[in-house]
Amino acid sequence: MYTTLILVQTLNGLQFGIILFLIAAGLTLVFGVMDFINLAHGVQYMIGAYFVYTFTSLTGSFTLGLLIALPAALAFGLLLEVLVFRHLYNRDHLDQVLATFGIILFLNQGVKVIWGASPLFVPVPDLLQGSIEILPGFFYPIYRLAIIAAGLGVAALLYVLVNYTRAGMLVRAGATNAAMVSALGVDIRRLFMIVFGFGAMLAGFAGAMVAPILSVEPGMGDNLLILAFVVIVIGGIGSIRGAFLAAILIGLVDTLGRGFSTDILRLFLDPSAASQAGRAIAPMLIYILMALVLFFRPSGLFPVKR
Amino acid sequence: MSNLVQTRAVKTAPAPVWMRSNALAFALFLFFAIAPALAQLGAEGYLLSLVMRVMIFAIAAMSLDLILGYGALVSFGHAVFMGFGAYSVGILMSHRITDFFVQLLVALGVSALFALIAGAISLRTKGVYFIMITLAFGQMAYFFMISLGAYGGDDGLTLRMQSQVFGQDLLGHGYTLYYVIFAAMVGVYFLLRMIVGSRFGRVLRGTRENPVRMEAIGFHPYRYQLAAYVIAGTICGLSGFLLANQTEFVAPAFMTWQRSGELIVMVVLGGMGTLHGAIIGAAAFILLEEALYRITEDWKLIFGPMLVLVALFARGGILGFFRRRK
Repeated sequence: MYTTLILVQTLNGLQFGIILFLIAAGLTLVFGVMDFINLAHGVQYMIGAYFVYTFTSLTGSFTLGLLIALPAALAFGLLLEVLVFRHLYNRDHLDQVLATFGIILFLNQGVKVIWGASPLFVPVPDLLQGSIEILPGFFYPIYRLAIIAAGLGVAALLYVLVNYTRAGMLVRAGATNAAMVSALGVDIRRLFMIVFGFGAMLAGFAGAMVAPILSVEPGMGDNLLILAFVVIVIGGIGSIRGAFLAAILIGLVDTLGRGFSTDILRLFLDPSAASQAGRAIAPMLIYILMALVLFFRPSGLFPVKR
Repeated sequence: MSNLVQTRAVKTAPAPVWMRSNALAFALFLFFAIAPALAQLGAEGYLLSLVMRVMIFAIAAMSLDLILGYGALVSFGHAVFMGFGAYSVGILMSHRITDFFVQLLVALGVSALFALIAGAISLRTKGVYFIMITLAFGQMAYFFMISLGAYGGDDGLTLRMQSQVFGQDLLGHGYTLYYVIFAAMVGVYFLLRMIVGSRFGRVLRGTRENPVRMEAIGFHPYRYQLAAYVIAGTICGLSGFLLANQTEFVAPAFMTWQRSGELIVMVVLGGMGTLHGAIIGAAAFILLEEALYRITEDWKLIFGPMLVLVALFARGGILGFFRRRK
């Protein structure tokens, strides 16, 4: 019984980690390549979820909805890049924080005006409904497995793109030394724009994928943004591989921590104290982890070599 | 070399600038001092609580300005100290410890201690990593407060009364609370003005410009930065103490990362590294929020783009804007 619970929580943690990776991948590239702090990355995730809600209810099919939502999220990201972000690349981090903070305020309120403040729900696509028996007597929702599979697919695709294509090579070079890449005659602005749009689309994809299992609501990206920052800082800014491993780590630690910290503490403490302490510690775990990592490895676990 | 440094130091700290900035501060203080009289002309209770809120956030913003403007340390978890200051009042009050001075001492002590621990660890990192680690500490404290079910958890805690001075409910009388907050703001301003003008402040500014060079001439930037971080945290704790007394309510919402972001916005909006800019920024932020809210419930639709425009076009914030116009 207990093993099943651990197994379920591990899979949930994995699925959460995958979602975090989809958000963090774009963030770490934008951060690493352009040295740009984009607080508005979380709203891209939210926008993805809202887009898939709208397009799914318009077309009546989640697949179609997703297929329209992705380019829409990309277009939206590029629009923001052209309107605001590209004017801030050479600025102080503080200006970037200020501007992207303003964008968060605007868009969180904007979706409230357009879609209303109450949470919206997207039905799980028919094909992926129900659960399957992974082990004898152990059922797991198919849709969550689909999220894990899709995320792993995107991770593999990203790996190939970054490591084996010309654009990927430029991105890696840009993460190491953007000025030098520019000096070698690469149109760095276009590279930035591609990276930015791609990152926005990945975050939108994450939002679209979780829409059927979470409620779609204003501000849903705010907390995930912070988690994504934790991921990229632990992983090492600019490193896709680091982001992937750190995202899985954070996903597992957070989910398992919330699930079992009370039980573990019960081994040492009496039950009421354990449940008190467990509830206090569980949500703090990942931040403690982050502080520890930064204390011992001030530039993350997998820093990009400079 | 030393000659060069000296001429620059002379050029950047002439007496008139100091006096001019203080003149502006005096004008601000004068306004805050007579505001209660002006408030009688309108909806008094509402206006007074609004101005008190402005002054409380001005204290918090000035404390952030010390490390942000003078130390170039972008702390994204500064609201935590406000939360600690407020919760010191709330938690002690719920244990029937109502004394003003005890609560104040605890509020400052807890904030200072947390600043010391968090600062000692955070300051090992630089730049973006510093922003992120202060954010992490902020989130830790935030979730810790949420988990305290005995003190209201997510919903917060309503205070039974305001802090008692020698068993008397002095703060509840007339304008006492208003002038206590006013005095705290003026006191904090001059304290910080003194600090940034002292040798300590000059070293801090030096490490802002070039930490490596400061180390080369024999200073330990880390110690100065840590001291500044603790001072800033403690003062921000004071603002939290006042906020709890003004709203008679404390909640984890006081210490969200969005609130920390708002404090940064106040400092940058007013013009950082000036102290009185932080007061102007806090006033502009809160009054704009109020004014826009009266126009539309969706005031953030206007306020958000305004921040973007400030970031894009108004370098140096409101003060910088006017300085360029001259």
